Amino acid sequence: MNLPKISQVTGRAIPVPGDDIDTDRIIPARFMKCLTFDGLGEYLFYDTRFNADGSEKLHNLNLPCFRDASIMVSGANFGCGSSREHAPQSLYRAGLRAIVAGNFAEIFFGNSTNLGMPCVSASRENLEKLSSATENDPDLRVVVDLENLQVRYGTECIPCEINPGARESLLNGTWDPLEELLTATNEIEETARSLPYA
Amino acid sequence: MNSKNLFEKVWDVHSVGELANGQTQLFIGRHLIHEVTSPQAFGMLREKNLPIRYPERTFATVDHIVPTDEANEPYSDILADAMIKELRKNCAESGVTFFDVDSGKQGIVHVVGPEQGLTQPGMTIACGDSHTSTHGAFGAIAFGVGTSQVRDLLATQTMAMSKLKVRRINVNGDLGTGIYAKDVILHIIRLLGVNGGTGFAYEYGGDVFDSFSIEERMTACNMSIEGGARVGYVNPDQKTFTYLKGRPYSPSNEEWEKQVSTWSSYSSDKGCSYDDIVTIEGSEVAPTVTWGINPGQAVAIGENIPNPDQVAQNDRAGVIEALDHMQLRAGSPIQGTKVDVAFIGSCTNGRLSDLEEVAARLPGHKVRDGLKAIVVPGSQIVSKLAMEKGLDKVFIEAGFEWRAAGCSMCLAMNPDKLVGDQLCASSSNRNFKGRQGSPTGRTMLMSPVMVAAAAVTGEVSDARTVFG
Repeated sequence: MNLPKISQVTGRAIPVPGDDIDTDRIIPARFMKCLTFDGLGEYLFYDTRFNADGSEKLHNLNLPCFRDASIMVSGANFGCGSSREHAPQSLYRAGLRAIVAGNFAEIFFGNSTNLGMPCVSASRENLEKLSSATENDPDLRVVVDLENLQVRYGTECIPCEINPGARESLLNGTWDPLEELLTATNEIEETARSLPYA
Repeated sequence: MNSKNLFEKVWDVHSVGELANGQTQLFIGRHLIHEVTSPQAFGMLREKNLPIRYPERTFATVDHIVPTDEANEPYSDILADAMIKELRKNCAESGVTFFDVDSGKQGIVHVVGPEQGLTQPGMTIACGDSHTSTHGAFGAIAFGVGTSQVRDLLATQTMAMSKLKVRRINVNGDLGTGIYAKDVILHIIRLLGVNGGTGFAYEYGGDVFDSFSIEERMTACNMSIEGGARVGYVNPDQKTFTYLKGRPYSPSNEEWEKQVSTWSSYSSDKGCSYDDIVTIEGSEVAPTVTWGINPGQAVAIGENIPNPDQVAQNDRAGVIEALDHMQLRAGSPIQGTKVDVAFIGSCTNGRLSDLEEVAARLPGHKVRDGLKAIVVPGSQIVSKLAMEKGLDKVFIEAGFEWRAAGCSMCLAMNPDKLVGDQLCASSSNRNFKGRQGSPTGRTMLMSPVMVAAAAVTGEVSDARTVFG
C-alpha cells in the first residue's frame, strides 16, 4: 500500500472560530447511527449550520465562497470530547485536508493523522490574523507546509507546530500505520507470550 | 535500578518496538468494542481480507444505541436495529465474546469490563470510546481510540502511540460530608482546564483517592478525558484486589497470589519522578455544578455564575457563548436554576454505589411535578443487584422512571433525549451543546445525589440541605 507523501496542503481556508470546539459539535451523535463513514460530510457541524426546520443558519460552511475550502482554521483545543473518528471523517469527506488551530485534543489529532489530514498548531494571534485574512478574501490561497512548519498566505508566513512523529509519518507517506504494525508478527507474538495475562 | 511510575512500567512491558516515525508499537492486552465505533473497522478488515489476530482478547457489548424502555427487537429505530445486528454478526464471525442483551451481562462497556473482571492492574486496555480512561481505576493504562485504531487492534492487537507524560495529582486530606468523587473530578478539571491534560496521563493519588472505593475511583478516572488527559489511573491496592476477587474473568484461586504480587509490582515506585505534580486540598472541594458548555465551566454550589467581564480575556468569548446557550444570567447564583429533566446513569455515575447513595436519601421525597426524572443502571448486573436491594422501588416511589441498562441520555443515540431547550441536571460527563439530543438542550453536570436534589426541588440545590 503506497500512501501519498503529504508535505503540504494548499487551497482555500475556512475560518470556524472559537475555542473548545468539541466532537459533538463537529458531528452530532445522532448522525453516528451508521455502519460506514460514507456520507458523513453532509452532517459536518450540522446543528451549528442548520435550524431545527432544516433552514440554514449564518455559518461560513454555508457560504458558497467557502464551499471548496480544504483548510479549516479554528481555536484552541479543537476536537475535544469523544474519540469518534466520525468527526475527522466528516471533515475529510466534506473536503477538508488540513486543520490549523491553537491546539488539538489528542484522540482527534491521532484520528486525523491516520486519515492523512494534518493538524497543525499556531499562536492565537496568528490564527486571528489568518482568520481575518480569509474572511476578507475567501479566495486567498493558503499553504500548510509541513516540511518548513509554516502556514503561508498572501505575503504572510506564520510558524506552526505538529507532533514530530505525526509530521514524520505524513512526510514519509506512512500515516496509516497498519502495514508497518502488521510486519512485526514475531515481535507481537513474543510480547503477547511475555505478558502475565492472556 | 531506576524507579518508575506505573505508566512507564506498563508501557515498557507492552512495547513491541519502535516504529519508523519514532512512535511505539504498543500491545493492547484487552480490547473492548461496542456497536458505534467498530462496524467500520470490521468493514475495513474485510476489504483488506485481514483476519482478527487475537479474538480472545476482544470483548464486545452494546450500549450507545440500546433503547432503555423497549426490550423487544427489532427496535423501532431501524438504524439502531441494524447496528446491534451488525455487531452480533461481526462477533459471531470473528469469535469475539459478546455480552449481548440476552446475556444478563450487557451494559455500558466501561461498567461491564470491570464488573466481569476483564479490567485488571497492569494491563493495557483500549476501546473506541474516550471514557476508556475509566479502567485506570484498577491501575490499568486504558486508552480511548478511534475506529482506524480499532481496525489496527483487531488486525494486530497493537497500535501506534506516542508516549505520554505523567502528571501526579494528589488530593490530600479529607473531603467534607456530602462531597463525592464527581465533585473531585469536576474540581480538578475546573482547576487544570479542559485541555490542561493534553499530552499527559493523570496519576491520581493522595488521601482522598486512597480512601475512595473502586467505584469512586472509576468515576474520577472516567472524566480524565474531559480534562484533556487520554489516560487517568490510580495505583492498585488491597481494595483493587478485593474488588476483583471471584469475578468471572479474574484469575483463579490457584493463580491468585501470584497475580496479586505481579499487580502490586506495577505500582509507582516510591521516589519515582513525574513530569508534573499538582496538589489539591480535599477540604477545598465543594459540591460542583457546571454552568456552561464544557466540563471545565463549573462552579461550587454556593458560587455565582461567572461574569464575562471578570474572566481572562481569552475566556471571554467562550463564557458569553456558554451563557447564551444555557440562558443563564452572568453573576447570578447557580443555586435556584430551574431544571426540567433529571438523569442518573452513564459510565461516570451509573454503578450500584451511585444508585445506593441516592436511594438512601430519597424516602420521604418526591420528584417535583412536571419534572421528568429517569434512572438508568449502567449494566444489567447493576440493575439486578439494585433490584435485589429494592432500590428500583425506592426510585419509582419517589417519582423516577426505572429503565434498562445503556448509555441513555448521556449522548442520546437512543430514544432518551432532551426536547427543545429543556435543562437537564445530569450525572453524566459532557455538557457540550446538543449533547443530550436536542441542539438547544441544556446540560448541567453534577453528582447523582445533586441530581436527585434538583429532581425533588425542581431547581439546582445543595443536596446537603435538601436531604439534611
